[in-house]
Amino acid sequence: MDAPARPMPPRRALWGVLAEFDSAAALTRAAQQVRDAGYTRWDCYSPFPVHGLDRAMGLSDTRLPWVVLSAGITGAASAILMQWWMNGVDYRFVISGKPFFGLPASIPIAFELTVLFSAITAFLCMFAFNRLPQLYHPTFRSERFRRATNDRFFLAVEAADPRFDVEQAEALLREAGGTHLEWLED
Amino acid sequence: MAEAWDNTSDDPTRRAPLVLGAADFGSVTQKVAQLAERPKPPRAWYIAFGVSLALTGLLGAMILYLFTTGVGVWGLNSPVGWAFDIINFVFWVGIGHAGTLISAILFLFRQSWRTGINRFAEAMTIFAVICAGIFPGIHVGRVWLIYWVFPLPNQMNMWPNFRSPLLWDVFAVSTYFTVSLLFWYMGMIPDLATLRDRATSRVRQLVYGMLAVGWRGSNRHWQNYERVYLILAALATPLVLSVHSVVSFDFATSMVPGWHTTIFPPYFVAGAIFCGFAMVLLLAVPARQWFGLEDLITLRHLENMNKIMLATGMIIGYAYFIEFFIAWYGGNAYEHFAFVNRALGPYAWSYWIMVSCNVIAPQLFWSKRIRTSPWVAWGVCVFINIGMWFERFVIIVTSLSRDYLPSSWGVYKPTWVELCTLLGSFGLFFTLFLLFVRFVPMVAMAEVKAVMPQADAHAPEPTPGRHAHPIASRGD
Repeated sequence: MDAPARPMPPRRALWGVLAEFDSAAALTRAAQQVRDAGYTRWDCYSPFPVHGLDRAMGLSDTRLPWVVLSAGITGAASAILMQWWMNGVDYRFVISGKPFFGLPASIPIAFELTVLFSAITAFLCMFAFNRLPQLYHPTFRSERFRRATNDRFFLAVEAADPRFDVEQAEALLREAGGTHLEWLED
Repeated sequence: MAEAWDNTSDDPTRRAPLVLGAADFGSVTQKVAQLAERPKPPRAWYIAFGVSLALTGLLGAMILYLFTTGVGVWGLNSPVGWAFDIINFVFWVGIGHAGTLISAILFLFRQSWRTGINRFAEAMTIFAVICAGIFPGIHVGRVWLIYWVFPLPNQMNMWPNFRSPLLWDVFAVSTYFTVSLLFWYMGMIPDLATLRDRATSRVRQLVYGMLAVGWRGSNRHWQNYERVYLILAALATPLVLSVHSVVSFDFATSMVPGWHTTIFPPYFVAGAIFCGFAMVLLLAVPARQWFGLEDLITLRHLENMNKIMLATGMIIGYAYFIEFFIAWYGGNAYEHFAFVNRALGPYAWSYWIMVSCNVIAPQLFWSKRIRTSPWVAWGVCVFINIGMWFERFVIIVTSLSRDYLPSSWGVYKPTWVELCTLLGSFGLFFTLFLLFVRFVPMVAMAEVKAVMPQADAHAPEPTPGRHAHPIASRGD
């Protein structure tokens, strides 16, 4: 058993406990155990998306696509409205004998704005749903955690979890195969 | 062991590894990140950057000359009112398309090999679209009124003409640029976090830290991230097809013989992918060699790209043939003349350069030996890029120089200003690209790791040396 990398902070300032794993497979197995133990405020950290980890963690599906869909519909509708208003109502002029407003000629821009609105919304949703940018996070206090973006896998159980108990969480993570346990300050 | 290093086998029962060289996650990080962390790049980088920067200066000087003197410095005149400006625009937009194809379409088709090349193919897209965007911007004569292309409320109470494909182009290209940029940046966030965590100096920590927006590889984040990535890929796929279709509408909706054809949208899209892949290879072959990335951008990656070029080159050849067939079968005398004039008229030399470079040169890719010889393939790609530039020249100039009325026929010749502007746009492209390889991880590390066999969460406990085994690679 390895010694804790730093002394445990006072209970009041404790953010959670972090454990390190060797492989994506080990992390997935540990995630299943933590999920089954009934924790809710915890997370896995990996250098790349690990397939099957969502299910192992028991995460529900994200509602993000619905937001993007409504943005796409807004984009299409605003493109059609804009073209109809600008060339069909507000500023009518005859060119090449074409109708002032025609649906076929409006489709290319309607398509482009559907894509533009959806893409920008999807991009912003990635930040909003993930609460990014967040330049500080307690895990950044750990020296070893720097390898979470390189080649190591981590799991952290937060002290804010209603079931959290320092000894139990530590025992669970050790039993699940976690090494280099660290208690992190908030 | 030797065979494990050759991943170009065609045996379908053995899955080819996408990363060679007994790699683990750490070595992938090390190999890619160190390139952006070197205190000083090699001397060749400085030379290339100096040349590119000088050419970018030339571009700036030519644009300044154009603005201060007027469009008369170009060789445009009646009847050829469009030439190098629009040729270069279509050429550069087309180059960009391969990047989106690799990042989006191959992603939807679950082509895992894209991970080795997608980052810099996407970068290439963005730089190519920047080069493309310059030309319509500067060709309008009164450049200070270019904002009229946008539907902005103004004191004249006028709106742009939405019935014109030129305006569709404004929307298509600016959407394309925006979406490509978002896709590129979002794909880079995990890798920027890697650079942040490896940073040794305060400045690098701060800069990469800000750019990485606090990414920490959280799985709750990855879930949303992957979903957004999928959505962006699904949006970019029809987008890339639409962009070059809309570019082709600029021609196809006009009444000029040789332009007014329904074949244009698919033919333009295939041509764009064809020359875009040639440009990716043109950049990938020297990059993998000079930066030691042969294990990540493997021969198999190059071979796959060569196969795509062979296929799209055949589509282009077919389109050239069908254009002639329809010109004859359609029975329209002007259309008929336009095509005979292309092949035998005063610009016949450009037509035959186009055919030899685009149809004949890629036939070399039937040979596996050529497909897997990087520098030979590189040479073929140079010809393909020349050929595709000439394709746009042929389409635009031959049709405009001789249309319906023989009394208004004319001959177009580019001036030195146009030639220098074209050269300068290459300078800008390479300047941006060299900055990119200097400061940004040029292979998508997180994505490469995710397609390595060790990434499989359902794999049995790893045994030493297992990952070097040639059949092990996740493909889904």
